[in-house]
Amino acid sequence: MNSSPPSSDVSLSAAELEEQLDELLEAAYTPGRRTDAIAAKLAAHPAEVQRFVLHWCAVTAQTHSQVAYLFARHVLEALETMDRPDVQKWLLHAMDLYDRQGLYPAIAVLKAPREFAGDAVDHAQGVYLEEISGVLELFLRGLSGRAMKLEPVDPPHTDTTTLFLPSRVGRFPDEESNFRLYKALAVHQWAQTHFGTFFPELAAQLHAYPDPDKARKLYLLLETVRLDAVLARHYPGLAREIQSLRDAPLPAEFTAAAAELEAPGAGRKHSLEWTANLLTQPLPPPWPYLGDLFPERAEAERQQRLRRDKAALQAALAHMQRGAKKPATFSLRREKSADEVTADFVLLADGRPVVLHDEVKGLLHSIDLDLGEIPPDYLTPAGDGGYAPAKSPKEKDMAAPEGGYTYNEWDYQRRHYRKNWCTLRELPSGLGNAGYAAEILDKYGGQVGQIRRVFEALRGEEKRLRAQKNGDDVDLDAAIAARTDLRCGREMTDRVFTRQERLERNIAVLFMVDMSGSTRGWINDAERESLLLMCEGLEKLGDRYAIYGFSGMTRIRCEIFPIKTFAEPYGPDVQRRIAGIEPKDYTRMGAAIRHLTAKLKEVDARTRLLVTLSDGKPDDFNDPYRGVYGIEDTRMALIEAKRAGIHPFCITIDQEARNYLPHMYGAVNYTIVSEVRHLPAKVADIYRKLTT
Amino acid sequence: MEGHALPPEEHFITVEPYYEPIGDEIALFEAAYRNRLPVLLKGPTGCGKTRFMEHMAWRLKRPLITVSCHDDLTASDLVGRYLITADQTVWVDGPLARAVRAGGICYLDEVVEARKDTTVVIHPLADDRRMLPMEKLGLELEASPEFMLAISYNPGYQSVLKELKQSTRQRFVALEFDYPAPALEQRIVVKETGLDEALAAQLVKLAAMTRNLKGSGLDEGASTRLLVHAGKLMMDGVAPAAACRGAIARALTDEPEMLAAVDELIATLF
Repeated sequence: MNSSPPSSDVSLSAAELEEQLDELLEAAYTPGRRTDAIAAKLAAHPAEVQRFVLHWCAVTAQTHSQVAYLFARHVLEALETMDRPDVQKWLLHAMDLYDRQGLYPAIAVLKAPREFAGDAVDHAQGVYLEEISGVLELFLRGLSGRAMKLEPVDPPHTDTTTLFLPSRVGRFPDEESNFRLYKALAVHQWAQTHFGTFFPELAAQLHAYPDPDKARKLYLLLETVRLDAVLARHYPGLAREIQSLRDAPLPAEFTAAAAELEAPGAGRKHSLEWTANLLTQPLPPPWPYLGDLFPERAEAERQQRLRRDKAALQAALAHMQRGAKKPATFSLRREKSADEVTADFVLLADGRPVVLHDEVKGLLHSIDLDLGEIPPDYLTPAGDGGYAPAKSPKEKDMAAPEGGYTYNEWDYQRRHYRKNWCTLRELPSGLGNAGYAAEILDKYGGQVGQIRRVFEALRGEEKRLRAQKNGDDVDLDAAIAARTDLRCGREMTDRVFTRQERLERNIAVLFMVDMSGSTRGWINDAERESLLLMCEGLEKLGDRYAIYGFSGMTRIRCEIFPIKTFAEPYGPDVQRRIAGIEPKDYTRMGAAIRHLTAKLKEVDARTRLLVTLSDGKPDDFNDPYRGVYGIEDTRMALIEAKRAGIHPFCITIDQEARNYLPHMYGAVNYTIVSEVRHLPAKVADIYRKLTT
Repeated sequence: MEGHALPPEEHFITVEPYYEPIGDEIALFEAAYRNRLPVLLKGPTGCGKTRFMEHMAWRLKRPLITVSCHDDLTASDLVGRYLITADQTVWVDGPLARAVRAGGICYLDEVVEARKDTTVVIHPLADDRRMLPMEKLGLELEASPEFMLAISYNPGYQSVLKELKQSTRQRFVALEFDYPAPALEQRIVVKETGLDEALAAQLVKLAAMTRNLKGSGLDEGASTRLLVHAGKLMMDGVAPAAACRGAIARALTDEPEMLAAVDELIATLF
């Protein structure tokens, strides 16, 4: 923060406030941004309130000065209706919106503090979708057996692939009930898809009524009654919870309909019949968990999904018969399954049953839900039996949108994570000169030999353990002592053996190499040479290791370059990739650390090390990441790594590093190498000390 | 009931342990036994591997010696060692040596957890030599004709360190185990706990839900064993939801978000 809030308890005058606000909000360069009125009003408030406002103005201005200005304009109004923690929530909510959806939604929230207050004051225990989406997704996955996407959209509805839920639920005074409402909304959307609320002609049939809007709402209500009964048969606990959310009983005119729809065996056709019958009745007030229904969207999504599923199924079938001499004819046998609607399938190839992959099972199930059958043309393998993996939508990159990984980033001023703030991609690293490795190993000839020897000695470290319960030889000292004890009438020990034991190293290390532009020249050379020497040593030592370079520019272009993965053996390819390490852009370290932490976590080792080779502090292009923000985010990423059982360590050339490294890595977890040319020999040495 | 001590090789199973076959594993095991072939049981934890061994020991009327392997288990823990008593050192057979002498069935549970040197003693026993090298005695112990070696491992641990080497696994007849189909699993829960059919069905449904979560945060879904635990708690008067939270949810995970999700799944059923 460039402007520190006043530290004394004396309130500021309007003029003083105006001056500070002007500076914070860049009023001088922004036409139409006036702070005099704000300052005048704020001057009437106690120092505490002034401090609060100035502090959050400064924080928000780091993100966007317009957002900060609007905050300043509306904060006093907000403070009239909310207490300070709620005002803070209101602002953070707006900033979150700005991060995710842009300026306008954020402005809308800031301009209407009373609206937010309506929720916040009545029900300060409101629940946000992003707080509970983790649990809710797992819950739905457990319930349904497949992954379902949740997205914040009002009104709640489903297109049969994604569940759209409100971004916040604050209807009830306690968190638990609000979560329960979320759950009910989500479960009903899933149940609509799973128990057949949607069918292709639904939109047309509802449109045929004189009041299609009412017909749609009535159909949804009747389906909800039917689905509640279905849920009650399968999930009594869930049904009880949902029952408690019905805040009004059905009107008497609906009793007959409800009785029929709640009976086992009732289907959507009963709901449609009753829609026609009850259309003249007024609609009862909606229950809180009654979302909305958009049959057109569901139908559009269904068409798309069918195309996708058909292609994927055909590709999978083609894959199954790859290598067979003559293409098989596939057919299906339907078997009854335990629940009411879904079927289990047995796939037959030329009449013989085939073992089904879970993925194929999922596809068959999904198509069956959409069509009520599996049409024979879906069972024709793709092409002429040839497998075209590129056409299959089951590629790995389907998992992450646009082929990237997203990571949160820590904003130390908000003291909150910016959600999914950084997008990181793994890019193939460039190949360098094939002769480079030989040249360097030649240059360091004597040292390479020494490093190998030192590391070799580490590997086979054997120890003779004394006073063991069992072993290959008698420990004379212990045996004599034991005899003596026995003679003296004391209890004797049974630890009288010695045993030769090899101390097993169980270490995995990941080297994270700075490839930012500032490493150009000497430093880059030193990094590459260090890595080569390390590899030579580690090959002797037998520790598992991986090398990744990192760079990038801005939060949407964080980049990781795999140079050697844990699985890949050291060889000419790795050597060429090391030779190809070259300076690129900037150092957004947080995302890189989070990504590599995830990689390292997958390795089973007693000790896991994340060693950073770097030349300076975190930095990014034209971005608050330069400075305290970047250091704090990196620190948070390292804390996350430590929580995951990883030991981070930093080797740097930056002489200023003593100012920030202890804060980031902790007092003992870094080394500063003063001379670039010492780096190659030093790195091996540091590693040896670190792991013995 | 008072506990009583018996040397493991005299521990014959006299009452038939309850076991529901999933396929032809009993016939396969018996054929392997007749032909003196060692057996490898694969499958997730708690799906009935150990119970199957007890059942087979009862069928074949041989004592069953079970060793649960851990990462400090060495070859001498299996073969035996010198112990010092009052005035001398005495050789004491390890469980494997006892089984080899007495013609029992030695079952090494979770064998991948043991130290690598244990393979040295398993290998000669597991091929047609059927010999147990007892290095410290300078002896090779020939296995009695009734002796059988069985090992188990769980391929579900996706760990590079816990894989069975080819040279080891290719000595064994492998039997694959998995969680039983819902109807069968329900019968097992009813039989093991005395729970009524409806509650047992709900437990099986809960197991399926947790198995859906395997790979998205859970390493394993709830095993049949956990269902039996929950069922026993229910029979003892614990409320069903509380029994499942204790016996299933908390047994599966420590991770708060996952725990919350599993608790919610439990709440849908009871």
